[in-house]
Formats: sequence, C-alpha cells, structure tokens
Amino acid sequence: MTQIFGIPVAVILGQLMLGLVNGSFYALLSLGLAVIFGLMGVVNFAHGAFYTLGAFAALLGLQYLGINYWASLVLAPLAVGLIGMVVERLLLRRLYGLDPLYGLLLTFGLALIVQGSLHQVFGATGQSYPVPESLSGALNLHFMFLPLYRAWVILASVVVCFGTWFVIERTRLGATLRAATENAPLLQALGVNVPLLKAATYGGGVALAALAGALASPVVLVNSHMGESLVIVVFAVVVIGGMGSILGAIVSGLVLGLVEGFTKVIYPEASNIVVFVIMALVLIARPAGLFGRR
Amino acid sequence: MRLRSLAIGALAAMGGAAGIAPAHAADQVVIGVIDDMSGVYADVMGAAGVDAINMAIADFGGTVLGRKIVLLTADHQNKPDIGASKFREWSDQNGLNFLLGGSNTGVNIAMSKVAAAKKVPYFAIGPGGASLTNEDCTAYSVHYVYDTVALANGTATAIVNGGGKTWFYLTADYAFGTQLQAAASKVVETHGGKNVGAVRVPLGAADFSSFLLQAQSSGAQVLGLANAGTDFSNSLKAANEFGITKTMKPAALLAFLTDIHSLGLKTAQGLYLTTAWYWDLNPETRAFGKRFFAKINRMPTMDQAGAYSATLTYLKAVKAAGTTDADKVMAELKRTKINDMFTQNGYIRADGAMIHDMYVMQVKSPQESKYPWDYYKVVKKMSGEEAFGPITGLCPLAKK
Repeated sequence: MTQIFGIPVAVILGQLMLGLVNGSFYALLSLGLAVIFGLMGVVNFAHGAFYTLGAFAALLGLQYLGINYWASLVLAPLAVGLIGMVVERLLLRRLYGLDPLYGLLLTFGLALIVQGSLHQVFGATGQSYPVPESLSGALNLHFMFLPLYRAWVILASVVVCFGTWFVIERTRLGATLRAATENAPLLQALGVNVPLLKAATYGGGVALAALAGALASPVVLVNSHMGESLVIVVFAVVVIGGMGSILGAIVSGLVLGLVEGFTKVIYPEASNIVVFVIMALVLIARPAGLFGRR
Repeated sequence: MRLRSLAIGALAAMGGAAGIAPAHAADQVVIGVIDDMSGVYADVMGAAGVDAINMAIADFGGTVLGRKIVLLTADHQNKPDIGASKFREWSDQNGLNFLLGGSNTGVNIAMSKVAAAKKVPYFAIGPGGASLTNEDCTAYSVHYVYDTVALANGTATAIVNGGGKTWFYLTADYAFGTQLQAAASKVVETHGGKNVGAVRVPLGAADFSSFLLQAQSSGAQVLGLANAGTDFSNSLKAANEFGITKTMKPAALLAFLTDIHSLGLKTAQGLYLTTAWYWDLNPETRAFGKRFFAKINRMPTMDQAGAYSATLTYLKAVKAAGTTDADKVMAELKRTKINDMFTQNGYIRADGAMIHDMYVMQVKSPQESKYPWDYYKVVKKMSGEEAFGPITGLCPLAKK
C-alpha cells in the first residue's frame, strides 16, 4: 500500500473525508456567527446554545409531534430563528451603540440559561435521534466506508453555505443588509425597515446554528452540552477566517476540519488544540484574519 | 474551556462560598458529596445520587448518636482543584465528618490527598481508577463501587475467553482512561490475547469517527472502549454507523445503565459490560430500584445504589463505634461485613478497596427485553476476590 510519512494513503484519505464532515459543521456554525458579527457587530456567544436548541427542536418534534427528519430540517431552524428574533427584539437591540462586550456578556448569559434549563429538564446523558431510513446506507469509496448520512451532511452544508454567501454578497437583499451596517440612518430614511432587518438577520444567523444542530442530531447524542465545547472551536474558526467575513468563515471552517482530521492521524492528542494553535499563529501574522478586510 | 466554568469561576471569585450555615460540630454529623453535577457524568451519580444519599439518611432516621445528619453538596465540574478545595473548606469551616466522592478519577485522586491531610473518612463512589487503592491509597479512603481492575477482569476476561484475542483501545485521555486501558491490556495478555494498539481521545470529543477508523485499520477483533458516559455512548453510536461493529466486537469497559438507556437496545444489544449492581438482580435490588424510580423516574445506576449503601455503611459504623472520630470509625468500617441491598458479605480491605461481587452482563436485544429497564442478562457472577484481584503491594498500608 502507498504510504506518506509511514501512514497508508487510504487512512489519510479516510481521515480527510471525516475532517470534511466536521468542517461542514464548523462552516455552517461559523457562517452564522460571521453573518451576525459582520452585519450587526454582535459577538454571539449564544451560538452553541442555539445549535443545541436546533437539535432538541428536531428531537422533540419527532417524539411528540411525529415531525419527520426532512420537515424538521426546515421547521427546527424556523422555530429557533423565531426565538432568535424575539431575543433580538427584547434584549439585544437595547445594546446597539454600546461596546460589543455588552452583547457578548448578554449572549453568554443566555447560553448559560439555555444550557442549564435543558440540563435540568433532560439530564446530561442525552437521547438518540434515528438516522432517516433513506440515508441509512453507506458509500464504498474504496479507501473507506462513508455512511450516506455523513455524505449528505457535506452536501447540505456546502449548498447552504454558498447559498448564504451568494444572497449576502451578490443580491439586492444582501446589499440592503450590508447597507444597514454601513449607514443605518440613511437606509431608514430611504424607507427601509431597519429594525426588522436586524431582527431578521439575527434570526437568520441563529437559524443556521439550529440547522447545524438538526443536521448533527442523528450523528451525536442530543444532550444539553453538545454545543458547549463546539462554540469555542467555532469562534476560533471565525477569528482565523476574519471576524465578519462570510467567505472566510466558510472556507476556514472546511479547511480547519481537514487540518483537524489530519492531526487525528499523526498526533491524536493534539486534535482538540490544533485549531487554537493555528488561531494564535494567524493572529500574530495577520491580526484581521485570513480573509479580514481591515 | 467550558462556558459554564468561566461564569461559575467568576461568580465564585466575587462572592466566595456564601450561604452555607456555620458548623455546629457538636450537635450535627456533616456528610458531604462532591460530584460532577452539571457535566458529562452528571447522570451517572449527580443530583439523583444526592437523592439516594438523602434516602439513606432518612432510612437511618435522620440522626445518629443523637446528632442531626446534615448533607452538603458541591459540583466539582470535573476539575481536581475545585473538588479538593471544596473538601478542604468543608473540613475547616463546616465540621465535615464524612465525604462521598462522585465521578472522575482525577478529581478523586486530588480529594483523597485532602482526606489524608484532614483525617476525614472518604468513600470514592464514582471514580474508576484503581490507583485510589494502590499508589494513591490513604488510611481514610475507601473505594466503594468498582475500579478499573474489576471492570477489566470482568469484561476483558469474558471476551478474550469467548475468542476475541486481538484488541485495539479507544481511550479517554486522562487518569481513568489510561488506567482502564492498562488494566484491560494486562488481562488480555494474561489470557493469551494480544494488544494491537490504542488511540487516546480528548475527553468530550465532538466526533469519534476519525479515531474509530484508526481502530478499524488496526485489524483487531475487539474494540475496547476505555471511556465513559457521553464519550462512550457517542463512540459506540459512531461505531455502529460506520459499520465497524460488523468487523470488530465492541467491549464496554465501563458502561452505566443510563448510557444503555440513552443509546437504546437496538444499538447496544449484545454488548458485554461489568457492573457492581443492577436493579433487577434480586428482590432487595428490585425493591430499591422501584423506590428510586418512584422518586426520580429512572432506575438507579450502580453509583447511585452505591452512594445509598455507602452512606448507610458509614452511619452504621458511627453508631457501632459510638463516635465520629475518624480513626475509630475507620477501624470499625474495616472490621465489619457489609450486608444490604448493594452487596452481601462485602468488606473493606486494608488498602481501602471494598471487596464485593461483580457481575459480567450482556445487553439484551429488543426482543429479549420484556419490560421497561429490562436491559441486562447476567453472564457471570464474579466473587469480590476474583474481580478486584489480590493486594498488589503498591499501597503502603497493605502488605502483599
């Protein structure tokens, strides 16, 4: 068998494939963060909590309302997105114009409340969400056996990520959204409902987190802690990509998933810090991040 | 770094530990429990474990030697320094008489040092690491429910003798995981098996598939899961999804009833595991299981049953010794056999290990399971001596 650094190529390819799966989750989550930061200037520490809520929405929808997987991929982000809009209307908007630190503290507090409540009601061990019948098979890629569901995760994530990028960077709606960050009073004077736009932006970013949660629910046990450690990694991804850069978030999410996958082959113990090491290096070399504009 | 810990750390720094009533050592017997109350192991013992301890206190009558029994609880957040400093604080300021240690070997090793320094009887309920009765043993420590040696002697022996000769381990990268892997490796070799390799996985990893793929490419027959709680469940779930369980036999080196419950029998069926206690063993265990269920709406894990038994064992010893003096109570504990719903003729050895029967179980298939929580069938009942093995001589208190 062909080898690189004494490791069979098949093994490396397999790990890179799995890295891409994880990178897909990173990309979806960091995209939501980047949208919220880029368009609203809010550092959304509640992102992991909304991811968890998305998974719980899918799980509870299935258990109590019989909502199937495909419907929950739409309904869970929608429901959580609405919660996000309510949060923006009731709480976040009071902090615009203040130091971003206040938004960070508020969302951090929210995250703790959500996690604590879910823990109180559902415990720590979590529950299983079944893989949908139509995706329960596996693909034989010759170098590995890829469960169909994981392949679907990559596909769904890439489509949603680039769809979002296209809407924000290439359409009129996106232009309006970006204008709201640049000069909100002027946009308001032109007759655009800026407050609604901001609520929708936050709701949209949060819905992306919930979608990631719903996508993850058949892969991991749905439990109150699932978003906890993930959100820190995802923040590092966003910083590496450049805070607020949409394309940066997507690309660095996918690439860091690959890097992490590769680390798991050569030095598994370091796999949970490699992202942070890269973050430190990027901050030294390019403080604005790889795709940052400043 | 966890979000919650940041906040709790900040709060603790601001407020200190307010709200605990001052000690009245003379008219109270103070019992403490320090456990993971909010993290990955919170369902193994956690808040329901506190309920079990309260059940024991109530069953004992709420007082001993005419003194009221008081229970203090704290969350160690899986951080050794928090567990040890809380223990020290209670001992200095609240007149703590007895401590129950919950999950996490690392935290419990740190707390055992405090037990020795402060001379407070301390029962380790939740941790697995057998070092607690070997190089980390103290005159005041008792390892009550299970340890890594007993787990390995149960599960690994059963599987090697059943033909699973080559092993690859997925190991949680901290004291417990490495000790469990070491214990299992030893058992595998003793019985003529071979250890092919291992991968160390950070605690609470989000994704196990990469590590599982490495396990698969090793070509080993058995996948030894030297981890626990959510890590165990998520790794077994992924092993199923990637079809790895078709070519490798998974071995749960530590699995709790709650893990099997959350995985479901469809995923967990056929799995071998070792447990100190199961609710459906005999009329006494069933009676306790049903009482616990009526309160918590879950069947107890071996740790929760163990916490109940340990509390009673300590209180009985205090009553028999007629004092809470640590040395006299420890002498009484090491002299007396333990007989209750948890164990028959259990005894505390000089090195602190509570020697009692252990059970090798196999998880039932969905067809075999006849009623709720009917999850295990007994493969083998091991005597305490067989399970925990002979005294190693590593603990200075117990000569080989």
